Amino acid sequence: MAGYAQLVPLIILIPALGAILNYFWGARLGEAWSSRVAILASALSFVIALALYAGLNAAHGQASVVDPPLLDGWIRIGDSVAIPWQMRVDTLSVTMMLFVSFVGTLIHIYAVGYMHGDPRYARFFAYINMFLAFMFVLVTGNNFLMMFVGWEGVGVCSFLLIGFWFDKPRGEGWRNSNAAKKAMIANRIGDFGMLMGIFLMFWTFGTLDYYRPGEIPNVHILEKAVHEYELEHSAAAAESADHEEGGEGAGDAHGSLILTSLPAAEEKGDGAAFPPAHLDNEHLATGDLGVFGQAERLMAAGTEVQFGNFSLPIETVLVLITLFLLLGAAGKSAQIPLFVWLPDAMAGPTPVSALIHAATMVTAGVYMMVRSNVFFANAPLTSFVVTVVGALTALLAGYIAMGQWDIKRVLAYSTISQLGFMVAAVGVGAYSAAMFHMVTHAFFKALLFLGSGSVIHGMEHGHHHVHHDHGHAHEDEPFDPQDMRHMGGLRRRMPITWFTYLIGTLALAGIIPFAGFWSKDEILADSWLAGLHGKDLYQQFGGYIALALLLLAAAFTAFYMWRQMELVFYGRTRSPAADHAPESVASMTVPLLVLALFSVFVGFVNTPKAFLGLGDVLGNSSLTHFLEWSLANVHPWLPEGGVFNPVIAVIALALGLGGIRLARMIYGDGKALNSAGGDPLAARPSTGAIWRLANARLYLDEINFRFFENPFNRIGAFLADELDWKFWHDYVHNSVFLRGFNSLGEFLGRPVDLGLVDGAVNGVGRLTLWLSGRMRRVQSGYVRMYAISLLLGVVFVIVLLLLPLLQT
Amino acid sequence: MLQTEAYVMLSMVLFVLGAMGVMLRRNAILVFMSVELMLNAANLALVAFARQWGNSDGHLFVFFVITVAAAEVAVGLALIVAIFRTRRNINIDELNQLQG
Repeated sequence: MAGYAQLVPLIILIPALGAILNYFWGARLGEAWSSRVAILASALSFVIALALYAGLNAAHGQASVVDPPLLDGWIRIGDSVAIPWQMRVDTLSVTMMLFVSFVGTLIHIYAVGYMHGDPRYARFFAYINMFLAFMFVLVTGNNFLMMFVGWEGVGVCSFLLIGFWFDKPRGEGWRNSNAAKKAMIANRIGDFGMLMGIFLMFWTFGTLDYYRPGEIPNVHILEKAVHEYELEHSAAAAESADHEEGGEGAGDAHGSLILTSLPAAEEKGDGAAFPPAHLDNEHLATGDLGVFGQAERLMAAGTEVQFGNFSLPIETVLVLITLFLLLGAAGKSAQIPLFVWLPDAMAGPTPVSALIHAATMVTAGVYMMVRSNVFFANAPLTSFVVTVVGALTALLAGYIAMGQWDIKRVLAYSTISQLGFMVAAVGVGAYSAAMFHMVTHAFFKALLFLGSGSVIHGMEHGHHHVHHDHGHAHEDEPFDPQDMRHMGGLRRRMPITWFTYLIGTLALAGIIPFAGFWSKDEILADSWLAGLHGKDLYQQFGGYIALALLLLAAAFTAFYMWRQMELVFYGRTRSPAADHAPESVASMTVPLLVLALFSVFVGFVNTPKAFLGLGDVLGNSSLTHFLEWSLANVHPWLPEGGVFNPVIAVIALALGLGGIRLARMIYGDGKALNSAGGDPLAARPSTGAIWRLANARLYLDEINFRFFENPFNRIGAFLADELDWKFWHDYVHNSVFLRGFNSLGEFLGRPVDLGLVDGAVNGVGRLTLWLSGRMRRVQSGYVRMYAISLLLGVVFVIVLLLLPLLQT
Repeated sequence: MLQTEAYVMLSMVLFVLGAMGVMLRRNAILVFMSVELMLNAANLALVAFARQWGNSDGHLFVFFVITVAAAEVAVGLALIVAIFRTRRNINIDELNQLQG
């Protein structure tokens, strides 16, 4: 149908092409051209995303499904399994595409400066282009298997990029590759859940498509849109009538024309018909629907799903599917209990941390749950679990972030915490709020990571500068450019980085009017509404839990971010490297400035109307209304004015400012590090234990080692040494295989081969010898004997010939 | 005009004489001559039957036999001469080196 959507395969192909170019010819292209190729690929995908957005708006937000050429059918086994490679252009996927490609392009530009001089420069750009391609596969797929392909693809890219510096000296490369393996393994556990969810889904519904082409995800929004469209048309008709009748009866015309049949489909420039032929999915059989449509029908009918000998009601099956999907999301989006990989993933280059491990890939789990909103909305138990997991993750990660020294590790735990916010939003049913927070978070967290990269870059340069000047060999002295204890006072050295970092911090802390304020507040307000109006006890309880935990987490966020500001940018410099840290190059600061601009304003894409009339100026919850086209359960409590609760907003703002004030009191004015690099909190007896617990990351790694890794290793050692080696190899192999084989060989060798086979062969030989010894006597050598035997033979033949004649 | 039977009888007598000569004689030359006698006995029978039936195939065949016999005599006598030269003896009972 709509022609514009045919562009969507390009958004995957172009970054993939860029990756291939850089992978195979990158070394020959040189730094300048390989980065240009990569940036161009990324920028083109942003242009395509913009074009898709424009086309989607022209098509009144109706989704289109594209069958890309050359991939007809993809998987087809008989009549029972049909999984097409279809791409879905709808408001949800376009939202993802827009911010992924935009943030991705900026980070590509930033990496030009950051990766300058790296021996595997082109390889880096090949990997991040490949990452973009897989991310677009993930978001544009129209079924769960395509999502899984992208899901695994971005996982591979994440692995490759975390371990990108696997060859660093002094054991650092070893740590990096171990971090990569840790990410891979933690994600495998999540992928198990994802796969189980997909299998269960396929068993239940017989398909994996989200929605079939022509199916309508959200019937209400379409009805509303068609209604408005009719109103417009009737107004136009009434106007023309006014001209004829002289301005009377316009009010009646409104009333009557709404009820008339639909106006003829209006042909848009791109060929999309609006209004569509059908306003609901009732004309489709249940088997012709996608998984979500079927789930709704089956829920309404209360169907039992057959599993061989037993059957489960559809409610239970949905709870199981969603729990498995939650496990998948916990792996990818770093939630309890699988979040341990994300802090270690900071071993990768900083642009990777910004792009993959903050802005885009880790949000894939949230995207998947938002995409499956029909399942989660129909599984209250899972939604409750999701809420608790998300809120707890937000709180614990925020707590741990308060006690870290590594500048990127603080941001990593902050990312986990913010992902917890999004997951909790999914749990309370605020799917659009989760998406909103995902979008704003992508901007300000990418900004913060890139800012930290700029700081690290500056510290490294300062370090080199110092050693170059002094000339003597300090090279062996370990220096961690990421340790905030060496920083301080960088505000004067790096003014642009400081300024943009400040904006990012305020946005993350949820200070009005920066982006984080709006999205965080929407999640909090939605949690409150879920508590008040929840459909069942699960939802009400979950809403209150989420509100309480997330408010606390928001205060933590403000505290640890301001602590970081104080440690990095304020006070006195605490190392010679920090004294000489230069401001980064333009290709790094320009993306920072752009992201800072967006971190200020991106919150306005979803401004609630209720807030000081801002909605009238900036559009009323535009993002939510945009997403309504794709999400059947966009927002359970969406009033006309959008979600805004002044009391909660004031409380959250007060907590945020309080957190900043507290951090300023503790760390400000040069009090940051008074005693031998220790934290002021650790020095006080009242707070020392709390801080040390946070610094030790709640001993999670130790607990993990004690209860999982070590027992696992021991079981492994037992199985390998005792069971496999001693019992299986030595005992079973020797007694059963070795001895059995030997005796069988003995039997076959001696009696069978030597006796039977050789006896027969030799016997034939001896028989021939004996016979020929007899036969050779015939050749006597006497010619006359030959003549006689010849004659006798002739006579014999003649007799034989004549005998029949004689008988007659 | 003699009867065909008479020629056939003569032919038989000659053949038997030849065969006896081949079997009983020890001198290779004589064995050879007996073989010739048997060939000519066959020739006589062929000619007799040809005359009996008025068919010239018999005559034709006889010429072939005479030709082949001539060649055979050439080869055979040469062999005997060669044997005699090497062994100084043409007693066929003593020429039994090819016994099995």
